[in-house]
Amino acid sequence: MFGKKRVAVVGAGLTLFRRNLKETGREMCYEAAKMALDAAGLTLKDIQSVAYGSAPDAFDGIHMKGENMTDGSGAWRKPFSRVYVGGGTGVFTADAGWWHVASGLFDTCLVVAEEKMSSCYPHPAYAFTTIFDPIMDRPHGTTLIWIFSLEMHRYMHVHGIKKEQIALVSVKNKRNALDHPCAQLGAKITVEDVLNSEIMCWPVQRLDISPTSDGAAAIVLASEDVAKKLTDNPVWIDGVGWCIDSTYWTNRDLYYPDYVECAARMAYKMAGIKNPPKEIDVAEPYDPFDYKELHHMEGLLLCKKGEAPKLTEEGVTQRDGDLPINPSGGLLGVGNPIAAAGLMKVCEIFWQLRGEAGKRQVPGDPRTGVAQAWGDLMQYGSVIVMRR
Amino acid sequence: MSAKIKEYPGQEVKSEEMKSGRVPTVRYRPNAKYMWSAGIAMSRFLNELKNGRILASTCNKCGRIMVPPRMFCEQCFKPTDGWTYVKDTGTINTYSVSFIAGDASRIKEPIIVVVVDLDGASPGMGILHTMQEIDWKKVKFGMKVRAVWKPEKERTGAITDIKYFKPLKEE
Amino acid sequence: MREVAIIGVGCTGFKPMTPEVSYKELMFEAATRAYQDAGNINPRKDVDAFVTCAEDYWEGHSIFDEFVPDQIGAVLRHLFTVSSDGLIGLATAYMLIKTGEFNTVVVEAHSKVSDVTTFTDIINFALDPIFNRPLGGHPHYMAGLEMTRYLHETGNTREQCAQVVVKNKRNALGNPYAAHGAKITMEDVLQSEPCFHPLNRLDISPPADGGIVMVLASEGAAAKFTDKPVWVRGIGWNSDTSWPESREWGRAVYAELAADMAYKMAGIRNPRKEVDFAEIDDSFSYKELQHLEALKLCKRGEAGKLMEEGETETDGDLPVNSSGGLLGMGHAVEASGLQRALEVVLQLRGEAGKHQICDAKTGVAQIWRGVPTATGAVAVLSREVK
Repeated sequence: MFGKKRVAVVGAGLTLFRRNLKETGREMCYEAAKMALDAAGLTLKDIQSVAYGSAPDAFDGIHMKGENMTDGSGAWRKPFSRVYVGGGTGVFTADAGWWHVASGLFDTCLVVAEEKMSSCYPHPAYAFTTIFDPIMDRPHGTTLIWIFSLEMHRYMHVHGIKKEQIALVSVKNKRNALDHPCAQLGAKITVEDVLNSEIMCWPVQRLDISPTSDGAAAIVLASEDVAKKLTDNPVWIDGVGWCIDSTYWTNRDLYYPDYVECAARMAYKMAGIKNPPKEIDVAEPYDPFDYKELHHMEGLLLCKKGEAPKLTEEGVTQRDGDLPINPSGGLLGVGNPIAAAGLMKVCEIFWQLRGEAGKRQVPGDPRTGVAQAWGDLMQYGSVIVMRR
Repeated sequence: MSAKIKEYPGQEVKSEEMKSGRVPTVRYRPNAKYMWSAGIAMSRFLNELKNGRILASTCNKCGRIMVPPRMFCEQCFKPTDGWTYVKDTGTINTYSVSFIAGDASRIKEPIIVVVVDLDGASPGMGILHTMQEIDWKKVKFGMKVRAVWKPEKERTGAITDIKYFKPLKEE
Repeated sequence: MREVAIIGVGCTGFKPMTPEVSYKELMFEAATRAYQDAGNINPRKDVDAFVTCAEDYWEGHSIFDEFVPDQIGAVLRHLFTVSSDGLIGLATAYMLIKTGEFNTVVVEAHSKVSDVTTFTDIINFALDPIFNRPLGGHPHYMAGLEMTRYLHETGNTREQCAQVVVKNKRNALGNPYAAHGAKITMEDVLQSEPCFHPLNRLDISPPADGGIVMVLASEGAAAKFTDKPVWVRGIGWNSDTSWPESREWGRAVYAELAADMAYKMAGIRNPRKEVDFAEIDDSFSYKELQHLEALKLCKRGEAGKLMEEGETETDGDLPVNSSGGLLGMGHAVEASGLQRALEVVLQLRGEAGKHQICDAKTGVAQIWRGVPTATGAVAVLSREVK
């Protein structure tokens, strides 16, 4: 079905996600990596390679920032590489770790994702202006919230979705996050709170979006032989997928994320999944804005196009529903240190499948989980399928 | 996880502490300046904007008429075959209304952001721009719009040579 | 064993500036050439993954991978960006194919640094913000520090380093892809403007624009596209400490460890005997000598002598940088590693024209990511699959 070597996740670590953390980028990497190694019962001696992921260097304020983070990520005198696909980085870094081991070159790989957005002063939002095409988009003063609200509005228009339906996602995820020990914005809010919150860029309002954050996450991957020696409970990476759409985003219809479907199909094929809604027990799609959870549920083929709001209204996506979505609290609740947020979702699936998610545990003995991240100019989908 | 792990690393610092200077910091302002070559296709596009025209490129294989123009058709992966002009009118593919500026401060007059699918280009071939001369609550999907250009003397060869789009008919 | 081959290469050539084209158009040319060379492979259908190599601040755009798929045929395909040198991109493509899930993988890297008007400030921006940047000055002083320590420890001489420049720039004159070929003498190098003692201006490779795309395939797929596969026999990459303060300044440890990994994979036990030629990082003149020793292509302290004896000339016993190296072709930031590898591929195929090495069977490509990093990669390429 795949490669020579089956790859398992054997440990995970996470720092707090906060607007400002005192730790430097490399210190955050170390904390998360150390935690993951301890959880796996390994030391740095046992690690043969490091896959690191982080989004814009502009936040940390260091060019080639991967090189600054090598030691913190455990890569002293080891093979180290950094992958970077915008917001898709967090889940994609886990995919990168997968090929380090599945290729047969390494028995172990330490996967670290870090983001220190607070270094960008006075506000990280400024750094986002540099992601736009300098001729067609930047001269208007384009911001990130502009383009995501364009996508949200198109999605709402094509399917006739109302803000009240979308707000349910923010309510659910922020409440789920109350049970996450690292969460930045866990809270009990209502749909009215969302609809009454400050309008940022219609139809996006303040409680529709996730914050900027500092944080790091790490997982340890091992080949089948090594994993079985380390633990009775390895979580296998059965499928990986990634896909990028055209940079000419104004030439595309934004109502549906083709690139997420393309990435999902790649991962599902590898994992042998033919009926995603039936075969997947828990999912962590990327939710930097509440409408994105719905958008991505459809892209992940977990429901038909336009159907995600209905599933949310019916409670299907609650922790005790038929298809729990973002039991961690997602980015909306836990926080959004871009790359670390994506890997946080992979950590969550890891803990969920092992029954170690504590108060956030999804009932019913979940065996197959999916995490997904999204990035670039509404172009990138990265997917991972994990199984126990 | 929650059962086994007692403490999660990370020392939070409140924003007020950061601003007040009580946290040791090092400041640096990068000097990162660029002059990007616009290249063959976009140089022509920008020059044509000075002339008050919107240039597109064409691919004979898929038949698309593409804005912004490009030297390669990304669907067919071959060089594009020619140039043509498209109209400066179009329909609203999607829009949003911004009440905040780039630095997250609030602005008085909201900015109406639009993706306009241009007439004469292939379906869905939109560009990003802003809209004026309309109450933001009256903007609709599929609305027909027209470009308002800067006077010829003021055009510099930039997308902002089009000042904004306005409704094609008086509302 | 699932072997991996390079089945196609495309290069735009390297020039000091390319104002007439955008980076997109540059990439399109490199990709078109590579796909044509790879038996007319169709990127829209037949390429299983694309690996691009870039850093935001060389390009001036954050999340640069947003801007790459269209011009290399990767729209709605499986592309990603590695923030590293193209040789590490090549290593990534190698790993992908080895997993058994991918049969053909494309690797891309380019340099358009002529677009950067504050190039030195960008290099400076890579220094640690707390410990190194506040010291000020042009960051290449780190290369000067390393060169001083290296010459002190190994006994190689300043003059020998200058000879590297003479050799490589002369070699570049015979390479149509090279940007900075020149006929100069050792005195020219020693008398050029002092920059970072003991480095003078001519000791430092000048930047160049250019793009390279390579297509890799598994053994099974390669036969469909080419009858001249170049086999990736071994690949290695390594990062020494990110703290310059903790480094062993006289040794290129990253190169030693990367080479060990690559040689082990390639089954090479005696590099000096089993490697026919090398295309290595000479971003600063002394680096060619330091890297030769780190790659165990000669004993420590002997690289200068090897060169003085003419062994590293194109017609010598161990040709080094017949292409002209970075000193002669131009430093192409993240495309530099593929630039080195490109020459190895052309030599192994017998397509190196005026600077063809006779009977080249196995070659080594090597790169360092430059100041302030201690990261590098090594690839062992061969005409023979085993």
